[in-house]
Amino acid sequence: MTVIEYAPAPESRALVRLEASYGLFVGGEFVAASGPSFATINPATEEVLAQVSEASAAGVDAAVKAARTAYTRVWSKLSGTDRGKYLFRIARLLQERAREFAVLETLDNGKPITQSRDVDIPLAAAHFFYHAGWADKLAYAVPPGPGGSTPAPLGVVGGIIPWNFPLLMLAWKVAPALAAGNTIVLKPAETTPLTALLFAQVCQEAELPPGVVNIVTGAGATGAALVAHPGVDKIAFTGSTAVGKQIARALAGTRTSATLELGGKGANIVFDDAPLDEAIEGIVGGIFFNQGHVCCAGSRLLVQESIADEVERRLKRRLATLRVGDPLDKNTDVGAINSRTQLDTIAGLAHVGEAEGAHRWDTGCALPEQGFWFRPTVFTGVTQTHRIAQEEIFGPVLSVLTFRTPAEAVAKANNTPYGLAAGIWTEKGSRLLWLADQLKAGVVWGNTYNQFDPTSPFGGVKESGYGREGGRHGLAAYLQGEGH
Amino acid sequence: MSRIDVRKTYKLYVGGKFPRSESGRTYPVYAAPARSGATPRLLANAAAASRKDAREAVVAARAAQPGWAGATAYNRGQVLYRVAEVMEGRREQFVADVRAAEGVSAARAEALVSAAIDRWVWYAGWSDKFTQVAGGVNPVAGPFFDVSVPEPVGVVAILAPQASSLLGLVSVLAPTIVTGNTAVVLTSATRPLPAVTLAECLATSDVPGGVVNILTGDPAEMAPWLASHRDVGGLDLTGAADAAGVDWGALEASAADTLTRVLRPGGTGAEAVEPDWLPEPGLGRMMRFVDVKTVWHPKGR
Repeated sequence: MTVIEYAPAPESRALVRLEASYGLFVGGEFVAASGPSFATINPATEEVLAQVSEASAAGVDAAVKAARTAYTRVWSKLSGTDRGKYLFRIARLLQERAREFAVLETLDNGKPITQSRDVDIPLAAAHFFYHAGWADKLAYAVPPGPGGSTPAPLGVVGGIIPWNFPLLMLAWKVAPALAAGNTIVLKPAETTPLTALLFAQVCQEAELPPGVVNIVTGAGATGAALVAHPGVDKIAFTGSTAVGKQIARALAGTRTSATLELGGKGANIVFDDAPLDEAIEGIVGGIFFNQGHVCCAGSRLLVQESIADEVERRLKRRLATLRVGDPLDKNTDVGAINSRTQLDTIAGLAHVGEAEGAHRWDTGCALPEQGFWFRPTVFTGVTQTHRIAQEEIFGPVLSVLTFRTPAEAVAKANNTPYGLAAGIWTEKGSRLLWLADQLKAGVVWGNTYNQFDPTSPFGGVKESGYGREGGRHGLAAYLQGEGH
Repeated sequence: MSRIDVRKTYKLYVGGKFPRSESGRTYPVYAAPARSGATPRLLANAAAASRKDAREAVVAARAAQPGWAGATAYNRGQVLYRVAEVMEGRREQFVADVRAAEGVSAARAEALVSAAIDRWVWYAGWSDKFTQVAGGVNPVAGPFFDVSVPEPVGVVAILAPQASSLLGLVSVLAPTIVTGNTAVVLTSATRPLPAVTLAECLATSDVPGGVVNILTGDPAEMAPWLASHRDVGGLDLTGAADAAGVDWGALEASAADTLTRVLRPGGTGAEAVEPDWLPEPGLGRMMRFVDVKTVWHPKGR
């Protein structure tokens, strides 16, 4: 088959002005941290982008105190209308500086510029728009109980976010927290802190009262200090199930509430009557979007036995056209793996898949010499007990299993400790709706995959965590009363 | 000469049956003393459920859960309303049970039983309304139908309140099962008998066996096994208040390994306080043991 060659179409880096080093953003100012710093790199080139401070327990404490002061003295006294206006300002600033954010996200994360430009940044702005409008309507956000009054905020929120959608995950935490009347201390992931630090500048431009948003950079120890801080009223965490369990344990016996968005092993179920062209695109987007660094990725393909061969053939043909390479190139479909650590994890689990007897196939495409890369990979002949059918790989690796009956599809789809997302591909409406009921998952995509919207509650069941983000349900989790 | 009355053996309620504890153990249950210093009056030798009984109860609750959640909301509402009908028929027994258990006046016991039956009716009516109030259609920015609905978390282990032996019990049990969960209830340690009478109501209405399982005994002994049980999806710690030997923080910590949804007891800080059960409760208890599922589908011609 002929692969059409495209000339490179690189997005310009000129919009991004990086500092050599960044402090913590506390009380509305960047403050130099006294402790150590670490480098954040471009995973596509391994070039050092900037030095970033590692917040110690003392740095976290200062940020929580700034958030508490801002909550008590300023933010809790503002009207909802005024809080909303700040959020509208932030939304507009994100739109105005969208391309700058997109390029910076791609540099720091390794995701294709088309994805940061068309998905991450617009959705982040949309989250601020959506929640801005809630700020003066909180009494309508939860059903009024007897004697219903306007629900109160919780106080200071600690947000801890992953590296796969850095600014978008920030928006998922900051926008509802502020709309509900809380202040926040946010810790971005250690490999992708730069858009959060640029967001701090946006807060300054918006003249958000100092201390309402605080950004503390660092790794696991910084996050643990935030979780352990007695001045935090709620933890909003997106990340791995292992860390989510640690957080749940750390908060046990306290009055600090938590929203935990954790790992997944999403089943994408394809029936023999599915619209195959769309299904193939859905399978590819489901697992190879964002290099598979998606908690709700459709990492398990469950395909009906009668069409398994055809789906496999079409899938491989489609994958051969994916362009893996320079994330800043607008032709790129699959970018860089975010870090060497993650690359090692993916490679390790892929090795296990082979060792356990599944059949490994990849596109064989050329990869850049610098940076962290992994070819889109498909495992066929996978059984339910294989680790690649049970464990989250968080990379561009698809495990293919087969089924014969709808009941078998349900049993296999539900056979993991996770329950975040699932996809169903069939033209038969009654079967789709029956399956949607049966699947143990917080999000079910019928004849589509990986759709997100600020109005649509997102979150998992079982060991994929608890609480929702987005929509009325997500907002309620930042208010006292019935949301948590 | 007065008639010799026929006394009842108080047993567990598991899977729709009334077994003794597999351990063969019982423990004495006394009436609340009318005045301090009075000799306690023995009410019954209640079953002292064991770890194995608790595990059997989880098995029964798990087996019953898909059928209960899969029933129509209208049907669940009818079944639960039927429970209230049967409770009303046993009013006098409940009043006597509550009076003996809680040491309250006859008038107070009447009021508590009335409130408990009314509470059951209130929750029964939520069965086919809760989904609309707690769910909805999401106006996403694209050509998609996008709907969110609450779904039960599965099996919920409940530490029933220690003081309020019937109204408190109904107020934690009814909101849990009305949404499609099944329950394993650890009763008040010292006031378990109204719960056994409630079990008899459940068994003689149309509640499928295993939807509610009631264990009398020492919650401090059984709760840790339920909190860490991999087939338990929710843990209601309300009854940790004033429960001897129960550390709710430790129970919450052991539930963390399975990310079990936990409803903390009332109160502030580490202190657990049993709430006032008389006011109308709101949606909070129903919301705690559901997870919202969101389903997307494209629209097109």
